[in-house]
Amino acid sequence: MSTRRKQFTACLVGVLALIGAACAPEEEKGAGFTPGPLGAVTVDTGAPIKIGLLQAISGDTASLGTDQVRAVEIAIEDKGGNLLEHPIRTQVEDDLCKAEGGTTAGQKFAADPQIVAVIGSSCSGAAVPAMEILSGKGILMISGSNTSPILTSDLRGKKGTANQKGYLRTAHNDIIQGQAAANFAFQKLGAKKAATIHDGDPYTEGLANAFGNSFKELGGTVTLATAISKGDTDMRPVLTEVVASKPDIVFFPIFQPEADFIVKQAKGFPLLADTKKLFGADGLLSNTFIVIGQTEGMYFSGPATPTGATYTDFVGKYEKKFSEKPIQAFHAHSYDAANMVFAAIEKVAVKENGKIHIDRQKLMDAVYQTKDYQGLTGTLSCDEFGDCANPKIDIVQNTAAQKTIDQVRGNVLFTFEPPAR
Amino acid sequence: MARTNSLRRGPVAARRVRRLPVVDAFLWLVRIAAIALLLIGAVSSISSARLSGQQWRDLVVFGIAQGSVYALVALGYTMVYGVLRFINFAHGEVFMIGAMTGYFVTDGLARTALWDAAPILALLITLICCMTVSALVALLLERVAYRPLRGAPRLIPFITAIGASFFLQYTMASLFGTSVKAYPEVDILSGTFDVLGFRILRVHLLVIVAALSIMAGLYLYVERTRAGKAMRAVAEDPEIARLMGVDVDRTIARVFGVGGAMAGAGGLLFGLVFQNVHFLSGFLPGIKAFTAAVLGGIGNIPGAAVGGLTLGMVESMGPSLVLVGLGIPAAHQLKDVVAFLTLVMVLIFRPTGILGERVREDRA
Repeated sequence: MSTRRKQFTACLVGVLALIGAACAPEEEKGAGFTPGPLGAVTVDTGAPIKIGLLQAISGDTASLGTDQVRAVEIAIEDKGGNLLEHPIRTQVEDDLCKAEGGTTAGQKFAADPQIVAVIGSSCSGAAVPAMEILSGKGILMISGSNTSPILTSDLRGKKGTANQKGYLRTAHNDIIQGQAAANFAFQKLGAKKAATIHDGDPYTEGLANAFGNSFKELGGTVTLATAISKGDTDMRPVLTEVVASKPDIVFFPIFQPEADFIVKQAKGFPLLADTKKLFGADGLLSNTFIVIGQTEGMYFSGPATPTGATYTDFVGKYEKKFSEKPIQAFHAHSYDAANMVFAAIEKVAVKENGKIHIDRQKLMDAVYQTKDYQGLTGTLSCDEFGDCANPKIDIVQNTAAQKTIDQVRGNVLFTFEPPAR
Repeated sequence: MARTNSLRRGPVAARRVRRLPVVDAFLWLVRIAAIALLLIGAVSSISSARLSGQQWRDLVVFGIAQGSVYALVALGYTMVYGVLRFINFAHGEVFMIGAMTGYFVTDGLARTALWDAAPILALLITLICCMTVSALVALLLERVAYRPLRGAPRLIPFITAIGASFFLQYTMASLFGTSVKAYPEVDILSGTFDVLGFRILRVHLLVIVAALSIMAGLYLYVERTRAGKAMRAVAEDPEIARLMGVDVDRTIARVFGVGGAMAGAGGLLFGLVFQNVHFLSGFLPGIKAFTAAVLGGIGNIPGAAVGGLTLGMVESMGPSLVLVGLGIPAAHQLKDVVAFLTLVMVLIFRPTGILGERVREDRA
């Protein structure tokens, strides 16, 4: 019923937009420009180019989105605040790191015909519904931190179930992170049997499954692939099952506070008392998690911190502007995403008497055609499903020597880079 | 008069429905199917020898410990319902405030010499603090939010309770921040005991013993004291109780106070087991405890205890025993589904809960 209503609303908005588009361009449209099948954005003389930012800026995951909003601000400043003599203006919407936030923000962006592109979302769970709305309107979205395989592909040519036209990302695909973690566990740690725990979120489920598949391909056995649900506190029953399957390593790419309960309660099980059997992912690389006593010895997988002079330069600007170091792992990815969008706009925009026309189809094509783009995170090339990253995954360990999250991120035991596609 | 008529019509209509053989047969089919699924799952799970006997016994202990906490919180729901016929949805927050108090007191005591010298005494002090603070919050809630609405239609205090629940959550969030607060380690509570072949974590033993003794105390209080008698009298009929010289307002306040103290104790035990608390910690346990109260038979004090223990056991054993046995993947994700499905099943078999409702009949 509610989807019906949504479809109806979407149709209504669409029809109104069409009427608007049919009426308005009579006077605005120049002879030299005809919009493509997805329509076009016309920016009037002196008017701003509007970019939507769909990021998690409240709640537990606020740092993930705030970090990326800041990165985009720096990208705009690096452009001098202007693109083709038009100021760049951003509109920030909260993705709440969940589907509801993605839906609301997606509808807001879709309702504004001036939105050229969206940079986001922070969380894969929000990207799925947001993209269902934005794709229908021909709006391009490019994310710096979505990693779930369902949003693009399995990297072997099989389209993800939530893949939509116009969705791209500069973050790694979790297939790669799963491979990295599995390679580390199997080859470096010598684990032959693994158990995985996810919490039903597209990110955690995608990563846990990617790990499991890679681990099996390497010759290991997944003794138990189980899940908990968000909000659970009593992990002892599920840990009893995990222990019964006798794994050498337990991979649980979930979030806090559920992971807090897992590590604390794991201590009561002789088989899991050795924290070197616990393996988390980037969602847990936070200051509040690594201070828990039972995480000492734990391994974590996550995107590698970029290196090089341009990145150092970027961090300098970040620190100067926000008086702290980058607070999360995906700022560089969002900076690259913003610059790819700007480059594409510059490429496809048609100037006419101080106005510019940006054809949505051509803009989308231009971003999909990005090849060997030199960004902070490496050399980026987009595939047909929207994966643009040049992924590098680090496996780090939290030991007694590390006190802060930066130190843990720096304690790299293994770096994984997939062979070039 | 109209009210009496409408009340009479209910059971008559129900009886008429019950006479329909189709509905009857369908209900029996549901019951038989439920029992069959349960048995198939359990038999295949146990015969697969996936978990050892020790591990099954562990699950039983985890269930009893979790259930004891549910039972303590459920008491507050059930007592208030028994007296006022309304669900105090802010009770979960009273529980959370107990757990928060426990965090601040244990955190403070952990820095003193007393913590190491006399840990039992320190825990007792914490328990008293938690029970007092929670009881005071519950009393305040009753005085400010519910008493002015006495006599109003039932829906109104119900909505107020939801509002009070949000108020308390976000008051705690703005006072103490939204971060997760970690309890300090308690040395005497780490490690295990062996009791009759059951390996019990010390902290679980404390929870079970504390919960059972607090509940026993409450039972004696309600059944053997004058104040308890007044509570039962008000639950039976407030008007007649007033005529007999019972101070109804004070008795109702006392019910809230006692319920709040139970929730405070539950909060501390929850904090000691899970070592984590934040401003939303009360929500899910609150819902579960309410489920436990309905499961046992709302308004019934032993029912709350039985319901809590049942729910704890179902959550702990259910996924491993039945769902895995039926071949459902990632069964533990469905823990809450199992819990609420149990509620539905119990209500199909026994519409008034396991021990039956103890709510006076509405009189015209």
